[in-house]
Amino acid sequence: MDKRIIKDLYYRMVKIRKFEDKIIQHYPEQQMRCPVHLYIGQEAIATGVCAHLKKSDYLFSYHRNHGHLIAKGADIKEMFAELYGKKTGCSSGKGGSTHMVSLENSIFGTSAIVAGGIPIGTGAALAVRLQRQRQIVVIFLGDGAIEQGTFFESMNFAKLKKLPILFVCENNFYATNSSQKVRQANPDIYKIADFFSMPKALLDGNDVIQVYKKSGDFIARIRKGSGPCFIEARTYRFRTHVGPETDIEKGFRAREEVEKWMKKCPYKRFHRQILANKLLKENELLDIEHRADEEVKEAWEFAVKSPYPEKEDLRTDIY
Amino acid sequence: MSWDKVPVDLSDLRVLPEDNTLAGNRLITYRQAIHEAFAIALKQDPKVFLFGEGIDDPAGVFGTTLNLHKQFSKDRVFDTPICENTLTGIAIGASLAGMRPVLIHMRTDFLLVSMDQIINHAAKWKYMFGGKVNLPIVIRAIIGGGWGSAAQHSQPIQAIFAHIPGLRVVMPSTAYDAKGLLLSSIACPDPVMFIDHRWLFDYKDYVPEEAYLVPLGKPVLRRQGKDVTVITSSFMTAIALEAGKKLQDEGIDIEIVDLRTVKPIDAELIFSSVKKTKKAIVLDFGYAFCGISAEISSMITENCFSFLARPVERIALADVPTPASHVLEKEFYPNLENIICKIRKIAKGG
Repeated sequence: MDKRIIKDLYYRMVKIRKFEDKIIQHYPEQQMRCPVHLYIGQEAIATGVCAHLKKSDYLFSYHRNHGHLIAKGADIKEMFAELYGKKTGCSSGKGGSTHMVSLENSIFGTSAIVAGGIPIGTGAALAVRLQRQRQIVVIFLGDGAIEQGTFFESMNFAKLKKLPILFVCENNFYATNSSQKVRQANPDIYKIADFFSMPKALLDGNDVIQVYKKSGDFIARIRKGSGPCFIEARTYRFRTHVGPETDIEKGFRAREEVEKWMKKCPYKRFHRQILANKLLKENELLDIEHRADEEVKEAWEFAVKSPYPEKEDLRTDIY
Repeated sequence: MSWDKVPVDLSDLRVLPEDNTLAGNRLITYRQAIHEAFAIALKQDPKVFLFGEGIDDPAGVFGTTLNLHKQFSKDRVFDTPICENTLTGIAIGASLAGMRPVLIHMRTDFLLVSMDQIINHAAKWKYMFGGKVNLPIVIRAIIGGGWGSAAQHSQPIQAIFAHIPGLRVVMPSTAYDAKGLLLSSIACPDPVMFIDHRWLFDYKDYVPEEAYLVPLGKPVLRRQGKDVTVITSSFMTAIALEAGKKLQDEGIDIEIVDLRTVKPIDAELIFSSVKKTKKAIVLDFGYAFCGISAEISSMITENCFSFLARPVERIALADVPTPASHVLEKEFYPNLENIICKIRKIAKGG
C-alpha cells in the first residue's frame, strides 16, 4: 500500500483517539455539560471509510458521531467548543455532542434518534440523483438502528431508486446496555442486504486496512452508478454507552469480554502492523502522534477560552 | 358515493368573494388553485419536486396533482412506497442537498406515522445546528372527513404541529389563499405543514392566473362588523361567512378574522378587532382541549382583557374520535345553526 495512504489512515485514527482521550481527561471537571458517546475502539471504521471520501460527498451519522466527523475532516476546535456549550461551537452551542455539523465537509447535521439519520441520508442521495450530481452518500448506523422500521424503508427506497449510498453498520453488539442477543433474532446483520439484492460485506471492524480496501471497492462501484451497497463491520466500544467510564466498574459488561476486545484495539493493532511490515518508521508514527496531540490540545484550549452564547441566542434560529 | 363532497348540512355553502374580484377574472375551485400552484412551482423552480403515495394515479389526490407527472416528468412527480416516516426523512435529506421537496399525504392521519421525522428532526434541525442549515420542505396533508371516514382517516390534528417550535402550519380557506399560501410555503426556507381541507375543494374563488404569494403568518379580515369578532380558519371560515350573512338579516354584524396560518401568528389584527367589538368567539376545525382555539382565546385574554365585555367563547369539534355512522358524524362536526345561535347569544349579551 502507498505510504501516503498509510500515513493518512494513521493520522485520522490517532486524531480520533486523542480527541476522545482529551474528553475522558477533562469530562470529570463538569465543564462539558452534555452527554458524550465515545467512539474509542471503533476508530478503524470511520477512518477506513472516510479516507475514500471527497469533501463534497455527504456523510450522515448518529449519536456516536465524533469519529465520523473527525475522519471526514471536521474542525476539531469547533467540535470541542460544541462539547463545552460555547458560541464558537459547530452548532453554536445549541446541539452538543450528538448534534454536530460541518457544512464544508458536507455533514449537514447528526441525529440522536436511533436510525433517524438513515432516511435523511437517503434523501440526500435522492437529491444527488435528481440533480445529476456525482457525489456519493455514506450513512453510518449502529446495530440498534437495524431494529427500526425506517432502516428497512430506507434500504428499500435506496435500492428502488438505485441511489449512490454506502450503508455502514457499525456492530458493537450493544444498544445502550442491551446486547445484540436479546434484541435481534438473527445475528448476521449483513444478510439483510440480500433481501434488497444489495452487494454486502461482513468486515472485521477493528482492521483498518480491511475496512479501507472493501469500502474502497464499494465506493468505486457506487461512484460508477451501481446503486447502494451495505457493510456490517463488527467492532466494540471500549467505554460505556454514554460517558467517559468503562462498563467494567458499573457491571454492565463482563470484564473478560471487555478485556478480550481491548486486546484487539484497532489503533494498537495498526501500529503493530505498520512496524512489523515496515510500512512506516517509528519516528514517522511519532511525528503523526505529536501533530495530533498538538491539534487536540489547541482545540481544547480554544473551547475552554471561547465565550458562551448570549441569553438572547435562546430564541434565534427557529425560523 | 363521493369522498370529496361534504356529507353534512353545509354542502351547499360557497365562499363568495364579494370583495376581491379585482384579484383576477377567473373563478376557479380550491382544488384547481392547488393544482395550479404546484404547476407553477414545478415550472419556475427545477429544485421543486412532488412525491407521495399515489400522487400520479388517475385520481391525482382529489385532482390536485392530476397529470402533473406527465407534464413535468416522473422524476419530479412520483409515487412512493408506503413509508411515511422515511418519506419525511427523505424530504429532509433532499432539502439539505439543495432541493425543495413537497411531500403529499391524502390524509392528515398519515402524518402520525411520521411524527419522529417531523417533530424530532424537521422541526428542530435548524435550531440544533445553530441556524447553519435550512429545511425548505412542504408537508402537505388533507384534513376533513365525511362518508364514514372514521377515526383513522379524518383526524383534526393541526394543533399538534402548531405546538412544536420550528414548524409553520398553514390552513387556507379560499382558492385565492390556497394558491398564494402554497406558493409561499414552497418558497419558505423552513418546514411548512400545509393543511388543506377537502370540503373546500369545490369552492370557487377569483384567482389570478399568474404566480403570487400570500404571506405566511398574516391573518386577514374576511368581513367587517361591529358586534362580535369571529376568529377562524380553513373550512370554518366558510361557515363563519355563511353565519355572517344570516345574522346580518337579524341586524347582527360580525367581523371575521381568518388566520390563514395557525403557527406562527401575527395576532395584531385579532387584537385590534377584539378591541373594537369587545366580544370574541373562536371557531376551530379541531379539538378544543389544548387546541388552537384555546391558544387564540388565551392570547385575547392576555392582551385584550380590559376591552372584553364577556369571556371569549369557542366552538370546536366534539372531544371524541371521529365516528363512522353518518348520524354520529353529523353530530361530531360543527353545525351552522349552533354557531349562529351561539354568536347571536354573544351579540345580544346573553
